[in-house]
Amino acid sequence: MNDVVLRTVDLGKMYRIGGERQAYRTLRDTLAQAARRPIERIRHPGAAAHTSEMIWALKDVNIELGHGEVLGIIGRNGSGKTTLLKVLSHITEPTVGRAEIRGRVASLLEVGTGFHGELTGRENIQLNGAILGMTRAEIKSKFDEIVEFSEIGHFLDTPVKHYSSGMYVRLAFAVAAHLDPEILIVDEVLAVGDVEFQRKCLGRMGKVAHEGRTVLFVSHNMGAVRNLCSRVIQLTGGRITREGDPQEVTEAYLRDSLVRADSLESVEAAIAALPTDPIFRFQGIVVRQDGRPTLTVRNSEPVEIEIRYSVLERTRGFRVLFDLLDDDHNILLSSHHDDDAQSVLVVEPGEYVSTAFIPADLLAPRSYELRVRARIGNGRWLTNEGVAIPLTAEDTNDINQVFHDMLRPRLRPRIPWRTVRLSESAAYRAGDL
Amino acid sequence: MSDGAVRSFRGEGFRIYEHKNGWAALGLRELWTYRELLIFLTWRDILVRYKQAVLGVAWAFLQPFLMMIVFTVVFNRLLGVKSPDPNLPYAVFSFAGLLPWQFFSGALSRSGVSLVGNASLLTKVYFPRLVIPISAVLAGLVDFAISFVVLMGLMAAYGLAPTWHAVFIPLFVLLALATALAVSLWLSALNVLYRDVQYLIPFLVQLWMFVSPVIYPIDKIPAGPLRIIFSLNPMTGVIGGFRWALLGQEFPGGYMWISIVAVAVLLFGGLFYFKRMERVFADVV
Repeated sequence: MNDVVLRTVDLGKMYRIGGERQAYRTLRDTLAQAARRPIERIRHPGAAAHTSEMIWALKDVNIELGHGEVLGIIGRNGSGKTTLLKVLSHITEPTVGRAEIRGRVASLLEVGTGFHGELTGRENIQLNGAILGMTRAEIKSKFDEIVEFSEIGHFLDTPVKHYSSGMYVRLAFAVAAHLDPEILIVDEVLAVGDVEFQRKCLGRMGKVAHEGRTVLFVSHNMGAVRNLCSRVIQLTGGRITREGDPQEVTEAYLRDSLVRADSLESVEAAIAALPTDPIFRFQGIVVRQDGRPTLTVRNSEPVEIEIRYSVLERTRGFRVLFDLLDDDHNILLSSHHDDDAQSVLVVEPGEYVSTAFIPADLLAPRSYELRVRARIGNGRWLTNEGVAIPLTAEDTNDINQVFHDMLRPRLRPRIPWRTVRLSESAAYRAGDL
Repeated sequence: MSDGAVRSFRGEGFRIYEHKNGWAALGLRELWTYRELLIFLTWRDILVRYKQAVLGVAWAFLQPFLMMIVFTVVFNRLLGVKSPDPNLPYAVFSFAGLLPWQFFSGALSRSGVSLVGNASLLTKVYFPRLVIPISAVLAGLVDFAISFVVLMGLMAAYGLAPTWHAVFIPLFVLLALATALAVSLWLSALNVLYRDVQYLIPFLVQLWMFVSPVIYPIDKIPAGPLRIIFSLNPMTGVIGGFRWALLGQEFPGGYMWISIVAVAVLLFGGLFYFKRMERVFADVV
């Protein structure tokens, strides 16, 4: 008896013709081609019958997953994450190699698969449950729980086309969350919904993971991956390029997917190198001290980080932020532009400037990295990679400089001290007794 | 591919997903385990259709009724097409043919686009793909039942009673189902691979009606080779069967068997073709 519940052996998936999928043909093209082929054979007798571009969406993927393991899968868009999940969900077949799976599988590649706008919430729960593989008896027994989880209340008998997008997503996730599989395959479904509901979903996922189910989890949310997964693989161009401890793999992934700016001038180039996003764009990032742009700062004065950006769509939960990292890539602190807000902000389209002030007397004399990013809620990164800006702090006028050079603390905030002399000769008197 | 290198878990309770070539097994047992999904999808199709239409269920009554009136006026009154039996009004005669015909044509137009229309399901969830065209065909049964009631009313209005042959009606419903499904399997699979099939379907349906004895009685086709060729069209057998069972018209006899064999060939061919092609549905749809 072995403990393995899922294994892939030299798994590969090839798509013909550019792009992610094989294009459908039209009957006309096929007929025309059939008619042309004999003529072409006569004209070019040696030519290959058919040459088309081939893309390996997955190649040489070997995974072995034991019972109860939670595997995180990370990688850029188009790295083959979804294709892998589709092969493991039996939706598409591999071109080479094989996948071997034991136990009941539920896959959640999309929230609300098969939902129909004309049907009511109640009807969609039943339909979606059946599509995800629940039996009628199961749906019936879990129905009340699903309704409660979804918080849709008295909208249960309203057609879902009248739902807000939040309600729609909540209902859809609620059905999926009540599946009872031995193996759960989840693709980035948490990138939707408001922050509160995302927390609830993550909680539910964590519960599933702790119940000893086997989970495969694709996400761009590194925090969720770190919290939920026991092991992480990174896919690059269809191959597994990193595998192991969640903390290490996610950090390494973030590190090498960052766009670096090595001088103040190159920030612009780094911004231009970011993938374009439909709703967000950095316009410029400037680090200043005493009103002058600089990347070398004195730690005795505040540092100003000015972030200019445009938002192209009304967005709820939008935030820009920066992380401060030391030269070992530990995140020392992370600050969001809405940290002071009482509730989630709704940002209207427009041009913005957000300026952060790193207070004086916080940095130690060493080199840092600022990582400027933007995201929606706790989910979607608008600039997954962000812009990395090197920052060097210099000490000014510190009599204990020599100790700091020895211990190299990561931060050197000026901590208020108070020292009071209690009496003139306490030590002497103690000795006197 | 690499069976040599790594021992396979084949046969230890594992399901193996790998590339297969050529013809696949029909997987009818698996289809049976997904019967609840089949019922739900059929139910969805029916529900959505009647919810979206302003007139709702009334359409199911109106459509065959209006067709019958048009047929009676155009073919019977203007063109002089007669029912084969002087005691049988043309309206009832044509309606008995329209009943299975509309089920068939409706099934074709729905199922032809069914796979493409459910692309989001095909690319996101696994289930036997046969469920999709089958549910599209089954969804037509509600309209069929309503039309059947209309026909009963019409017969009652003309003072006609069904004969004892009526007990065979379920058999001919089954034959109509098999015919509709057979053609639907071909068309739905072809339409995924060749997207212009959906533009061909309305034309095909129109053409098909004229080679089926919907408007005219089958005895307009002289017995012999031509009648045999016409009987290769399964709808000839289905319509003939309905008229026999409902109205006591002459039984198609040996020609019926030609239609039944044609259905069987079309159906099994369609099933195997569908199963062979379904492996690439998710990649090309």
